Amino acid sequence: MNSDTIAAIATAVSDSGIGIIRVSGEDAVAIVDKISILGNGKKRLTDVDTHTIHYGHIVDSSLKSQVIDEVMISVMRAPRSYTAEDTVEINCHGGVLMVQKVLETVLKAGARLAEPGEFTKRAFLNGRIDLSKAEAVIDVIHAKNEYALDASVKQLKGSVSDKIRSLRAKLIYEIAFIESALDDPEHISLDGYPEQLMEKTESIIDELQKLAESADNGKMLKEGINTVIVGKPNAGKSSLLNLLVGEEKAIVTDIAGTTRDILQEHIKLHGIGLNIIDTAGIRSTEDVVEKIGVEKAKKYADEADLIIYVVDSSVPLDESDYEIMEMIQHKKCIVLLNKSDLDIVVTEDSLRKILNDEFVMIKTSTKENIGIEIFEQTLKDMFFHGKIQINDEVCITNMRHKAAILDALESMKMVRQSLLNDTPEDFYSIDLMSAYASLGKIIGEEVEEDLVNEIFSKFCMGK
Amino acid sequence: MAEIREKVDVCVVGAGHAGCEAALACARLGLETVIFTVSVDSIALMPCNPNVGGSSKGHLVRELDALGGEMGKNIDKTFIQSKMLNVSKGPAVHSLRAQADKADYTREMRKVLENQEHLTIKQAEVCELLWEAVEDKKRITGVKTFTGAIYECKAAVLCTGTYLRARCLCGEAITYTGPNGLQAANHLTDSLKSMGIEMRRFKTGTPARMDKRSIDFSKMEEQFGDERIVPFSFSTDPDSIQKEQVSCWLTYTNEKTHEIIRNNLDRSPIYAGIIEGTGPRYCPSIEDKVVKFAEKERHQVFIEPEGLHTNEMYVGGMSSSLPEDVQLAMYRTVPGLENCKIVRNAYAIEYDCINARQLYPSLEFKEVKGLFSGGQFNGSSGYEEAACQGLIAGINAAMEILGKEPLILDRSESYIGVLIDDLVTKDNREPYRMMTSRAEYRLLLRQDNADLRLRKKGYEVGLISEEQYQYLLQKEEMIHKEMNRLKNTSVGANKEMQSFLEAHGSSALKTAATLAELICRPELNYEILSEIDKDRVELPADVIEQVEIEIKYEGYIVRQKRQVEQYKKMEKKKIPEDLDYDEVPSLRLEARQKLKQFKPISVGQASRISGVSPADVSVLLIYLEQRARRN
Repeated sequence: MNSDTIAAIATAVSDSGIGIIRVSGEDAVAIVDKISILGNGKKRLTDVDTHTIHYGHIVDSSLKSQVIDEVMISVMRAPRSYTAEDTVEINCHGGVLMVQKVLETVLKAGARLAEPGEFTKRAFLNGRIDLSKAEAVIDVIHAKNEYALDASVKQLKGSVSDKIRSLRAKLIYEIAFIESALDDPEHISLDGYPEQLMEKTESIIDELQKLAESADNGKMLKEGINTVIVGKPNAGKSSLLNLLVGEEKAIVTDIAGTTRDILQEHIKLHGIGLNIIDTAGIRSTEDVVEKIGVEKAKKYADEADLIIYVVDSSVPLDESDYEIMEMIQHKKCIVLLNKSDLDIVVTEDSLRKILNDEFVMIKTSTKENIGIEIFEQTLKDMFFHGKIQINDEVCITNMRHKAAILDALESMKMVRQSLLNDTPEDFYSIDLMSAYASLGKIIGEEVEEDLVNEIFSKFCMGK
Repeated sequence: MAEIREKVDVCVVGAGHAGCEAALACARLGLETVIFTVSVDSIALMPCNPNVGGSSKGHLVRELDALGGEMGKNIDKTFIQSKMLNVSKGPAVHSLRAQADKADYTREMRKVLENQEHLTIKQAEVCELLWEAVEDKKRITGVKTFTGAIYECKAAVLCTGTYLRARCLCGEAITYTGPNGLQAANHLTDSLKSMGIEMRRFKTGTPARMDKRSIDFSKMEEQFGDERIVPFSFSTDPDSIQKEQVSCWLTYTNEKTHEIIRNNLDRSPIYAGIIEGTGPRYCPSIEDKVVKFAEKERHQVFIEPEGLHTNEMYVGGMSSSLPEDVQLAMYRTVPGLENCKIVRNAYAIEYDCINARQLYPSLEFKEVKGLFSGGQFNGSSGYEEAACQGLIAGINAAMEILGKEPLILDRSESYIGVLIDDLVTKDNREPYRMMTSRAEYRLLLRQDNADLRLRKKGYEVGLISEEQYQYLLQKEEMIHKEMNRLKNTSVGANKEMQSFLEAHGSSALKTAATLAELICRPELNYEILSEIDKDRVELPADVIEQVEIEIKYEGYIVRQKRQVEQYKKMEKKKIPEDLDYDEVPSLRLEARQKLKQFKPISVGQASRISGVSPADVSVLLIYLEQRARRN
């Protein structure tokens, strides 16, 4: 594990002016050399002195004329670097997309995306970090991994994890078939099988390519600010959503996997991505079906980055309102006093007494389109002043998923090549297994006894 | 009362395939060894299938042979049919299987044991293990037999197979015996439990044996052996074993068979809930096949001879624990078996075994110094799996007495390593059978290169002679030289060359190429190239085979070798036995509990324990580094 070369974004992933990609390991210099052209192109990264920095370009490894970014590259040779391994740092232009693109190029050239906390781990194992800091190092690794694991599965869209599960099911079936035939050749025959597998391989490659593209477009993850609209029935939640979605400046995308009782939309307001969830009206209820909806609404509200609480200001606060206010007390929240075109019964002052001081309150009428602009402006201010933010990890998770998909794709292409070359089954079954394992990383599942279980449950073995 | 009291180095309990290998290894290493068996007539008995080897099992036997075990040599002496399986597939899954003459096999193995210096055979049931407390562990001091005789020893190897508290079931008829009606061993379990060893119960089964004269072979397909027989043992001269072979026969079950089974399921001890042991999924009884694969219209049945001097035929594929009358009715629905006479009924057998996670990879009990175990007692199944564990357990018992390092094979160098690592690391809930898919580096672990992988280890242990070792070194040298020559000899794109390529359906050369590059082409091979490879010297067939495989599949092999390098790094990070996991900060609770319980010997082994995450492994690495720097 220690000798392979790892890479990751060393700076915070944000729209800042500059981003740094760090590459560490035995092949760090050689890998970056493959994808860089220094100065006028006469100098090679492999020849430069240690601890020097160079102007140049990052280019596509297979198509050198395609420039990805203009960069500064520094080389720090072992042992005088953070990890005590050969280390290269690429200073590229900031912007989430550009930094990702450069990192991807590095990964394609042979590096592996670093595990959370791996640079620090290597630094310690290679003696660069003082013994006294060991506990701190352990904590960093522990915390980062816990978080990454949690984030990686949680942030995945339901439709994407379903797709990955179904691909994995197909793969393991094929592997199990091949393996049971290898283990029990007198009972299970592989005659004519390669042709069948070729067809399936092509279709899996297609699907993986589509997944990789969706990762590119950021469509794999529930990116954006998770915003939940809450309020009792008829407070005007759905009209608010329609208003936000219906406006011309809002981009509405289809999101599959919308639940029965929860309506979800992805919109962009002033460049800010919002996943808006319109919950079933929250009120105390005995009706079982409705109760499930309400329970879900509470769960979403609990996980939300931002809550929009729509109050019907034309009727007095009731038990449901108090329940909602209790629930959102410790969250980030914008309160809309809706139906302001009608006679107002609930005032801002009366709410202030109950709710968190920091909550912004806006009078609106979704019916008359009053106050919506102020609401949007407020949202924008909150975002740009950092009061609400998307986590860095979303972007990193996306990278990790994409790297895993590309690994799986690479393995499947090898399967195709082996099939074309008439290579025996036992060779490409190994590549099928790698693809299976790579996809498992995305949904947080390990391989363990899967294959043996599949063999025994699907195929009748001898004796 | 006077009692017998003897002093030996090693006691081996059980003389099945594991026990024989263990005892021979110890005795050959010069240790005074006694091997106990409930019946001397059952030494190296094959109570189930009449063959040795098969997919991945053939690999095990060759590895065993490379290390200095006996099974390969014994089957070479006693086989009656031989076949290399999977020859149409890649070289890594080619696997040898031979039908044995069971009686000959037993007799020949017994002869080897009887004539082995330092080895004594004793017919007796071992009832109790004797031990003393040392520090926080126990240490084995001897064994006691049913008749009260005491054998003091420095190490003991338990190879009790399926005999511990064995119970055989044939429908409603239940007998408390071991396989083939042999006496069960009913006392040792209590002694083991009293030492704190955790026991579990597994089951397995065997089909009926039939009288050859009652079978109509004209309704079956004949299955021949290979024309050219390949021996199991690296020390057997292939020319010496070419002989006349006997055939096996293939027939099928049908809907009628399945109907009889379905109608009588309530009388099957498994489905009636009488059997408590866990059976293997890969070796299902015919009732299991019919229930679990209801959509299959027929199942294969292989009729295999039990030997040359008996009329008994083994009915492969139809093991069962149904009652006698149902068995007969069911067998008689199979084409060719309409008038069959059953010599021995099919039966299921239940027995006590251990959860092998109580063992180190050396096969020594973690809590009892000097106590080793192998074979079905460890929760495996199969003669070959048993023999391999027996050999390793025996070697390591000897190594301990001789004060040497234990022989621990890892997953990247042998199927034996995979077998033992799986047994001692994973939670096996059924009898464990070797499968080629269990070996993640199988392209490197071929049956053809078992000698190159393991002979040196066998030599270092002391079970491989100087002469055999010198031969290995020569072979290595020849392979190395020939590979170099092929990689460095280039041929031009001349006319003679192009017409040669065309003649073999291979595309023309644009520039010069090396001979190795040509061998890589799917349509060419070493043999074909002899026409244009004029400087070639004649080499032994086994050398050519290695050269060809290494060149032809170089891409895959190099990739696996790289993976192995990574794997080895983690295996080399040893975890000290006295590590206190409570002192390691930030381990997740589940991981901490598992690690405490299983005491892995290396970070690599730790990473394979289910419930230990990559983050836990990182934490462990850092902690070990910290500990090392402090000291």
